[in-house]
Amino acid sequence: MSLALATPGRRLGSIILWSAVVVIGVFALFTLATARGETVNAMWLVTAAICVYLVAYRFYSLFIARHALGLDPERKTPAHRRNDGLDYVPTDKYVLFGHHFAAIAGAGPLVGPVLAAQMGYLPGTLWLLTGVVFAGAVQDFVVLFISTRRDGRSLGDLIKTELGPAAGLVAMIGILTIMVILLAVLALIVVKALADSPWGFFTVFATLPIAVLMGVYGRYLRPGRIFEMSAIGFVLLIAAIALGRTVAETPALAALFSFKGEALAFMLIFYGFVASVLPVWFLLAPRDYLSTFLKIGTIASLALGIFYVMPELRMPAVSRFIDGTGPVFAGGVFPFLFITLACGAISGFHALVSSGTTPKMIGDETQIRFIGYGAMLMESFVAIMALVAASVLDPGVYFAMNSAPAVIGATADTAAQTISSWGFVITPEALTQAAAEVGEKTVLSRAGGAPTLAIGMAKILSGAIGGASMTAFWYHFAILFEALFILTTVDAGTRVARFMIQDLVGTFWPRFKHTRAWIPNLIATALAVSGWGWFLYQGVVDPLGGINTLWPMFGIANQMLAAIALTLCTVVLFRMKRERYAFIVAAPATWLYICTLTAGAEKIFHSDPKIGFLAHAARYSGAAAEGKLIAPAKTAAEMSRIVFNDYVNTTLCAVFIALVLSMLFFGLKSIREALRATSVTTRETSDELQDLRIARA
Amino acid sequence: MSCKICGLPALDLFKLGSKLRQGARLMIGQGDYDAYVAHRRANHPDEPPMTREAFFLERQASRFGEGGRRALRCC
Repeated sequence: MSLALATPGRRLGSIILWSAVVVIGVFALFTLATARGETVNAMWLVTAAICVYLVAYRFYSLFIARHALGLDPERKTPAHRRNDGLDYVPTDKYVLFGHHFAAIAGAGPLVGPVLAAQMGYLPGTLWLLTGVVFAGAVQDFVVLFISTRRDGRSLGDLIKTELGPAAGLVAMIGILTIMVILLAVLALIVVKALADSPWGFFTVFATLPIAVLMGVYGRYLRPGRIFEMSAIGFVLLIAAIALGRTVAETPALAALFSFKGEALAFMLIFYGFVASVLPVWFLLAPRDYLSTFLKIGTIASLALGIFYVMPELRMPAVSRFIDGTGPVFAGGVFPFLFITLACGAISGFHALVSSGTTPKMIGDETQIRFIGYGAMLMESFVAIMALVAASVLDPGVYFAMNSAPAVIGATADTAAQTISSWGFVITPEALTQAAAEVGEKTVLSRAGGAPTLAIGMAKILSGAIGGASMTAFWYHFAILFEALFILTTVDAGTRVARFMIQDLVGTFWPRFKHTRAWIPNLIATALAVSGWGWFLYQGVVDPLGGINTLWPMFGIANQMLAAIALTLCTVVLFRMKRERYAFIVAAPATWLYICTLTAGAEKIFHSDPKIGFLAHAARYSGAAAEGKLIAPAKTAAEMSRIVFNDYVNTTLCAVFIALVLSMLFFGLKSIREALRATSVTTRETSDELQDLRIARA
Repeated sequence: MSCKICGLPALDLFKLGSKLRQGARLMIGQGDYDAYVAHRRANHPDEPPMTREAFFLERQASRFGEGGRRALRCC
């Protein structure tokens, strides 16, 4: 900060300003927390969030930047040291912020809060805000810092150099496993949103020819004209949504585009394989452009919509399902609310992005604060908006959409009856009406968060533009937007998983590493798609809805990756001899270890069959031994498949626990070494300036 | 340029537009071509820089190509 800012007048002004922000924030939080019986306006939630972000950014992130990390504007960043005009380029900080935010923003912060809304909006809000300030944004910030000081190296690489090669191998396996679960759960969300929805399926399917057209245009007709090709794509996309209504209303066409979950799962698996083997300009890249711009545009319009419409939150602040008996996900607040919210508060995946392209473009170390910490605050705000969108729905509709058929039955009558008995009074007509408003036959049991979010968004956006007549259009627009960018993650992710497999196998069998050779390419791609495809298929045929099982597994995996990243951060601070400040990363790491290990253990050993896999398996295998069938299984074969899946899930959970425990061990070992050493032991890339300063000191 | 009354810098729409354009391009892995050319001219004046089209294709291939991790995005 320059000296001019420190004049007494400015100082007083700053104190008054920040006191006002604190007072407004506290008042908004108080209003939210004490609301009982009547609805609260969403603006209170949004205001509380913005005040928390401002205060956290101004004070806590500055403390981290100045004291804990000691960001140094004089120090040369890799963008300057290795400038090549391509990957390493000093970049304007606002431009880079946009790049970083686009890379970290995904489906996670949109889905998690929707599922977490079953406990009411308050528990979710509190963790989204606390989590991002003290854990999520800190992780993104510190990992970006560590990577920038080491030539922009990747997370796996950093773990290898700071914690040793064994830890590096463990991290590599961990990242790959997490990737597989992530892709499966994302694909499952798409399947749930598109099953038996001709309008939705048609529009998403239409993105394939549109992308190919864009690809050909951008490669042969007008090479490199991104704006032109994206504009063409966008216009065709809107046309496809409009045409989708005709498809849905024409019985012959509707039948052509209606698919059951199983068929969709196989199509997705096939798509994932093909898209990641084909040349990228043909399908992957143009879809990526379309989905990136659509994502940013939709997030911005949702924010504008919320500010313009100022909707009321109809979900109670705290619902009765705080006791852990809710239908959307099983388990109590600790640890499962934290596991479910995942990405909006802290996401381990961001550690991969923060050690990817962004550190190679940082022009000045002090900007790491704005980009690392700031972009994550924005991501958390996206999660808050998703929570708002889920909470503006009638709670009856919300529970009808997010409960499995095994719980609420398959008809509007049974669903309305069950949900009313929970205290969320709703009539069967209201449920049918909700489906008709968005141009669908039914909204029952559309689990996975995306359709719920789409209805919430449609409500908000149609309040801003078009009114009730546009609700169905906005709903399908929202579904398309989510499906499009989830599918882009699925195809790009399959490709990344393929390279990871080639890398991993390549350490034992070097010939497998050749990324251009066809045989390793096809084998690794097939391994990648069959990995996530297997979990996807199990999720689709799971009578309990699949999301119920897969989302917590994904949450655990994601939070464990965050624990691994924060362990790296802690070790680096100890090695830098800044252990006085290590608490800023050690505290959230400890919390994540406690939370994820508890969740993992409960998922395996909990005595309630709804939570514990082993209890669930025992219940089904016990009944099978007596020759009985337990719903929803209809045959003995289905009974044994359920038991088998339980054992697979148990194994996976055990693998996660083993991975994270071994990282804890490696972390503690490195910390002990660092404490014994008398000087700085971390391995930053040095430059002449830095060497000179050390020599002088 | 700055406002005479409040002292804040004036809104430069041209600059804002160019920043937005740069930001949108970088989101999809397309860096700044002009910065690339400037860098090549300054450091490798003897070699001709890639054309705009070649630069686009190179960046596209590198985003999804070898390693492919540049297109990594969060869940």
